[in-house]
Order: sequence, then structure tokens, then C-alpha cells
Amino acid sequence: MATESARLRVKTWICAAVVVFSNVFGNFFLKRGMPATLATPLDYLAVLFRPPVALGVLLLIVWLLSRMALLSWADLSYVLPVTAVGYVLVALAGKFLLHEQITVKRWAGIGLIVAGVALVSGGTAPQTKAAR
Amino acid sequence: MRWCWIAVIVAATTAGEVMQAFAMRRHGEIRDFRPGALGRAIAVLARNRFIVASVAAMAVSFFAYLGLLTIAELSFAVPATAVTYVLETVLARYVLKERVNWLRWAGASLVICGVALVSL
Repeated sequence: MATESARLRVKTWICAAVVVFSNVFGNFFLKRGMPATLATPLDYLAVLFRPPVALGVLLLIVWLLSRMALLSWADLSYVLPVTAVGYVLVALAGKFLLHEQITVKRWAGIGLIVAGVALVSGGTAPQTKAAR
Repeated sequence: MRWCWIAVIVAATTAGEVMQAFAMRRHGEIRDFRPGALGRAIAVLARNRFIVASVAAMAVSFFAYLGLLTIAELSFAVPATAVTYVLETVLARYVLKERVNWLRWAGASLVICGVALVSL
């Protein structure tokens, strides 16, 4: 039983990492490719053919599928807080890649998210009940 | 206007993600990650009406989010949509019947406050 829960934990971490990175980079490329305004419904579709937007959409498809895989064994109430670590990655990427200033308020937010993720991922098992 | 977008986004995201979690848990743990097996799993899941409905809801939420970002700042959009964490955790407890212990409630609460602080 101990090896089973260890197996599930490692699998959960790997899959959660794929979920987080595909979401962060998917949104990054999407935002890079977005024009300032989308006037007509046709613009919403046309924008999908810009290369950064297309790459972003591809990564978000990976995000959707990996998240579905993760939810096939892990609880939603586990997946939600744990994958929120993506917000921290976005803030840190802004600091180290784009040299943005991180204010005290943002550092406090990063601290709270990390604490929440640590509490849920360290303190509870990914799965609290067997499959239906 | 922006609050209409927020309402649509929150409702669609919550409905979509809860249906996705319900359908995937009912499908059972995915153990085989080879491309052929994944393809077969996707083919089976694509015919699952909860999955189809959840993807449709998440697509609505995605386009509504794009719409919101054309009239509002990220610093408004991100914390306002973080309310989905509260709704989904409550639904995970009462609809999906997950055992949400105090550590998970505390973790989810910290994350919500953190998301608000990071983006405000």
C-alpha cells in the first residue's frame, strides 16, 4: 500500500508539472500574439492563425489533455490548489526573463500561493477515494 | 459590462471543470501513456457527453476571457476569476463527494488570497 501511494504521488507530480508548464507557456504565447482589440466575431477566429497564438493554443490542448489525465486519478480539490503554482512561475518568469520589478505585495502573494501548494501537496494524498 | 463577462467566465469554468473531474474520475486512472493507448483513451472520452459538455463550457470560458481582456486589465481579470477556486472546492466536496479536509480548505484559501495579491 505504501508503494502504491508513493507511485501515485510521483505520477501526480510529473503530470502536475506538465499541466502547469503547458498552461504557463500556452498563455504566454497566446498573450504575445493577441492584438489590442477584437472587434468582430470573425476576428476571434482569424487571430487563431497567427503563429504565436497557434503555438499557444497547441500548448493549451496539451494542458487540457494532461489535466484530464491528472483528474482521472487525483481529486479536483487537490489539483486546483497545486496547479496554482503556475501563478508563481509567471511572476518569477517576469522577474528573471523580462526583468520586471516584483513588488512587496506580489512577493507576499507568491509566498501565500507557495504555502497553500505546500500545505495541500505535502499534507494530503492526491486521491481520497477510490474510482467510482 | 465587465461583471457580465466575469459571471459568464466563472459559471462556465466551474461547470466545465467539475464535469471534467467527474467524467475523468468515472473513466478511471489512466495508466498507459504510450501514444496508441492515449489515442484510444481520447477516442473513448470524445464520445463521453460530460467531457464534450465540459470542453464546450471551457471553450465558452476561454473566449469570454479573451473578450474580458479586451476591456479590462489582467489585474482585474485574474483576481475576479479566482473566485472559481472557492466554488469548485465547494462543489468538489458536495457534488464530487471528495474528502476535503482542513488542510485542503486552508491551502485553497491561501492560494485564493495569494492569487489576488500577485495580480492586483
